[in-house]
Amino acid sequence: MKHSAFFWFVLPSAVAMLLFIFFPIVSVVVQSLHSAHEQVIIEVENCGPFGCTTATAIDQEATATLRQDQPLGRFAGLEIYKDRNHLATAQIGPLWEQSTGIGDFIGKLMNLPFYKAIGFTLTFTFVVTPLTIIFGFIIAVAVNSAARAIRGPLIFFSLLPMMVTPLIGSLILFWMVDARGILGTTLRWLTDDPSLSVKADTGLMWIMLMVYGVWHSAPFAFIVYYAGLQTVNTDTLEAARIDGASRWQQIRHVVIPHLLPLTTFIALMQLMDNFRVFEPIVSFNASAHATSLSWAIYNDLGGETQQLSSAAATSVLTIIGVAILLSPVLIRTYRDYGKAA
Amino acid sequence: MASQVQKRPVLLQTVLVGILILWMIAAAFPFFWTLWGSFKVEGDFFSLADWTNVLTGEMTTRETGDAFTTEGYTGAWVQEEFWKAAWNSTLVCLFVVTISLTLGTLGGYALARSTYRYAFWFLLIALIFRAMPPITLVSGYLPVFFQWNIWGHLPTAIIVLVAINQPFTLWMLHSFFKNIPQDLDESAMVDGCTRFQAFRHVIIPVMWPGVITTGLFSFLLAYNDFAVTAMILDKQNQTMVPKIASFLGTTQTKGNVMFAVAAVVSTTAPLFLLIMFFQRQIVSGLTAGAVKG
Repeated sequence: MKHSAFFWFVLPSAVAMLLFIFFPIVSVVVQSLHSAHEQVIIEVENCGPFGCTTATAIDQEATATLRQDQPLGRFAGLEIYKDRNHLATAQIGPLWEQSTGIGDFIGKLMNLPFYKAIGFTLTFTFVVTPLTIIFGFIIAVAVNSAARAIRGPLIFFSLLPMMVTPLIGSLILFWMVDARGILGTTLRWLTDDPSLSVKADTGLMWIMLMVYGVWHSAPFAFIVYYAGLQTVNTDTLEAARIDGASRWQQIRHVVIPHLLPLTTFIALMQLMDNFRVFEPIVSFNASAHATSLSWAIYNDLGGETQQLSSAAATSVLTIIGVAILLSPVLIRTYRDYGKAA
Repeated sequence: MASQVQKRPVLLQTVLVGILILWMIAAAFPFFWTLWGSFKVEGDFFSLADWTNVLTGEMTTRETGDAFTTEGYTGAWVQEEFWKAAWNSTLVCLFVVTISLTLGTLGGYALARSTYRYAFWFLLIALIFRAMPPITLVSGYLPVFFQWNIWGHLPTAIIVLVAINQPFTLWMLHSFFKNIPQDLDESAMVDGCTRFQAFRHVIIPVMWPGVITTGLFSFLLAYNDFAVTAMILDKQNQTMVPKIASFLGTTQTKGNVMFAVAAVVSTTAPLFLLIMFFQRQIVSGLTAGAVKG
């Protein structure tokens, strides 16, 4: 394809991505280095019959002009990254000295907002991803063993948890697990503890969020594995059988090697998706027990006073996290497509 | 796989059927439960006294005189004006899908046909953009949108969603176009067509299966989005998902959580139909990236 033709064909989507993805990233980085202007304080002298007193007051006019002139705020360098709400560099040292052991230190660290968010995000990502793969594989094997006639409906219902809006899917589960809902009642009956409430317990809340995570993404792993199972080479399987391989040996040496490349694909996609966990925390109203990086940004932006700089700093840190997770995908794509191109 | 040739032992067969039944309950039961419960009053759907109340509708009968009530639906759609949100969602999805596909087919076609190195780099950058959580971009949008006074309007959200959709659309359509033989458009160009004419008269007629599949996923992205629409649209222009989230803040305290339940069921119903009609396309779209590598 000629250069000029390529240029005109690609132009519209390139412009869209440049304006609404690339520039915002630049803008986020710039914002995270600035913080809002402080109000201009002036000293006012009040002289009355009993002498003069000086009081401080806010110079509204000067503040407004300053904000007008420099809408970005004052340059703050890495200050915002280092403050208590982000990396908290000043707080970590004393925390380490005060704490009795590594467990105690981590416990205290989790009280700092950023570490609380990243702690949950990483736990969620690395617990949900493997479980998704295992459950997806088991479901795929089970569906594959079912009679052909009922596979259509089976796939239909299996797709539901994934296709439904995450906010809605998690709400539906949340209502069921509510103390007055059907799952909540069952849980209390099973544990024989009338005061048991998922909403009130941090551990249970984490488990519930992860259960939701697996429920939501297992269908994806299932569909990919199921498609993979359709293309297993039957000749190889038959040869293995004739050579006396047991059922387990057939799975171990023929099916699993065939599905292995799919597993890397699922794992990489899931790592990226789980890292942005956000909606279930809103639905479950779980912010007291668990927060994630995306939720922290949402919270900064949505409050009464929009803390743009703080949100921007968290965004930059999240993007760095994504970049680290993404590097294997990039290398893989580079190897697959780069050579061909 | 080996089902026809090899007979499974009874134990294995039982375990497999057991797994299937458990999974079907886990996947489908919550939806039917919520659908059923949406026709009850709050006292039944959230019953502390006796969970069977939901099935019998005891409180519902006492409060409304019938075991089923549509109070939740009228409350959500009429009183809380959920119809407005539904209309906004329709507009957003319609425009996002149309614009995404128009830009995406042009770009995806060029990326599939170009043999130069920069096409590869373009795709790689798109992949990086696709991995970015959309909410990280929002703090970049807000100050500019406020300054230009375009915050809160539907067209703004549509453009943003189109842009966020682009990387995914490009990747998917690029792999679909790769499967259309290159000889097809090249022979048209040998016959004297320009590149665009070849695209217009030869490629467009055969590209629909790929475009429909990609369109489905663009639709889902726009329909399901919460992070962007919640931050960019103001109260009057909210789409369905942020509207439901705002129900949680306001109506839960008023004791009208049933409005939210009804709204959730109303939002899920179109998705149900969509999966039912387009199951094959969705499955092929989900596996397209994986099976081809």
